[in-house]
Amino acid sequence: MAIQDDIKSAIAEALPGLSCVIGWGAGPEALRAAPLFMRDAADVDKFTAGFLAVNNPALFLPSLKGAKVGLVVKGCDARSVGQLVAENLVSREAIHLIGYPCRGVIDMDKATAALEGRCEPGEVKGLREENEDIVLDAPGGEIRLAKKDVAADKCARCRYPNAESADVFVGEKAAPVVERDDYADLAAFENMALDARKAFWEKEMSRCIRCYACRNACPLCVCRDHCVASSREPHWLTQADGVRDKLFFQLIHATHLAGRCTGCGECERACPVGIPLLTLKRAFSRQVEGLFGYTAGIDRSTPPLLTFKLEEPAIKEREW
Amino acid sequence: MSVLKEKELRVIGFLCNWCSYGGADTAGVGRFAQPTDLRIVRVPCSGRINPLFVLKALLGGADGVLVSGCHPRDCHYAEGNFYARRRLEVLKGFLPVLGIDPRRFEYTWVSASEGQRWQHVVTTFTANIHALGPASFSPDAPELEILNAAAR
Repeated sequence: MAIQDDIKSAIAEALPGLSCVIGWGAGPEALRAAPLFMRDAADVDKFTAGFLAVNNPALFLPSLKGAKVGLVVKGCDARSVGQLVAENLVSREAIHLIGYPCRGVIDMDKATAALEGRCEPGEVKGLREENEDIVLDAPGGEIRLAKKDVAADKCARCRYPNAESADVFVGEKAAPVVERDDYADLAAFENMALDARKAFWEKEMSRCIRCYACRNACPLCVCRDHCVASSREPHWLTQADGVRDKLFFQLIHATHLAGRCTGCGECERACPVGIPLLTLKRAFSRQVEGLFGYTAGIDRSTPPLLTFKLEEPAIKEREW
Repeated sequence: MSVLKEKELRVIGFLCNWCSYGGADTAGVGRFAQPTDLRIVRVPCSGRINPLFVLKALLGGADGVLVSGCHPRDCHYAEGNFYARRRLEVLKGFLPVLGIDPRRFEYTWVSASEGQRWQHVVTTFTANIHALGPASFSPDAPELEILNAAAR
């Protein structure tokens, strides 16, 4: 892939001034890429971008403070970086962003489902991208899958495929998939009656094992060792394994991301039991977008919940 | 004696120390009859109220949550209620996604002198909660089961 070589040369060019560049390299299986920390030219050769580049490299930024680092970013990753910068959690000067036009990334759950009955995802030996399809080198011969069938949900509503804030942009900019996010997924969810939604969350959350992978994968969860979920004082969560504590943990995560979540979907991807966590976060995003017209990770203004107006034109208070 | 005739429900009120708690006091001193369903938690400022307080109460089996602070521009700490207004409005729109009726949560402003208004607010809100009935959202809350069994 020509664009891959162009990104590699952009990385090699920037590397001397940086402590490392974070991108993607080969993962444990042919269908999985893993984050790659590139420190010298030999590392740069291992770089791969494209359909498997799912991980959000912005996750590592808060822990790499003090050194200038480079990131290869998709549009959604750049939004996470933008939000971290907007909240002064990282310094924009200490980051070198290399952007490229993203055309969607794989959702392993969908890929596994698509391969059902044909082979295990771990048995795939290679992957080739051909325009709108991916071709898998599977034990029983080649398997062709349409990208749109196995791409992550977030890619179908992608407004910002290009890292607009990139210092270096490689390749030609891709067209946005949609012009505006209509939150159709939430509207569909809200076709359910209130009681059905309660039952839905009780059922979904009953699977939660409280591994906190969602928190650890979230680029905007910057409290790390000081997370209120692990705090004894105040003791928000008990050690009980009931649905209430599991759901409450997700509510902590969602409220702490209100107006900050960029919808990168890492929480949902990291979830080992497939709970639709992004629904909770998107509910907050929709609310913040509607009230304050703020798009996390794109707008440069102060995040809306860190500021206020004396008169709030969008807030219709209840008349008593 | 409750003004409302039915069985008492669990309504939690988070009131700011400087205005609404004083307002509730004024109502009491004025001997205005009020429903007794409300359990008041006094907080220093409406800006102190973490939206998680409300969610924890609702998940823990509260039938309704009422937040009340100083009127905007009247905050004892100058701007606490401005932040609260944004947070609580965002929270209110989020509740339906969880399957919680947003009418179970309200926030308003009552000053320390508005005893009459406090009476009106608490009576209206409690009546609304009674119209909605007891909340069914209490996923595996064992202590609530015990309370309910005791009430039966």
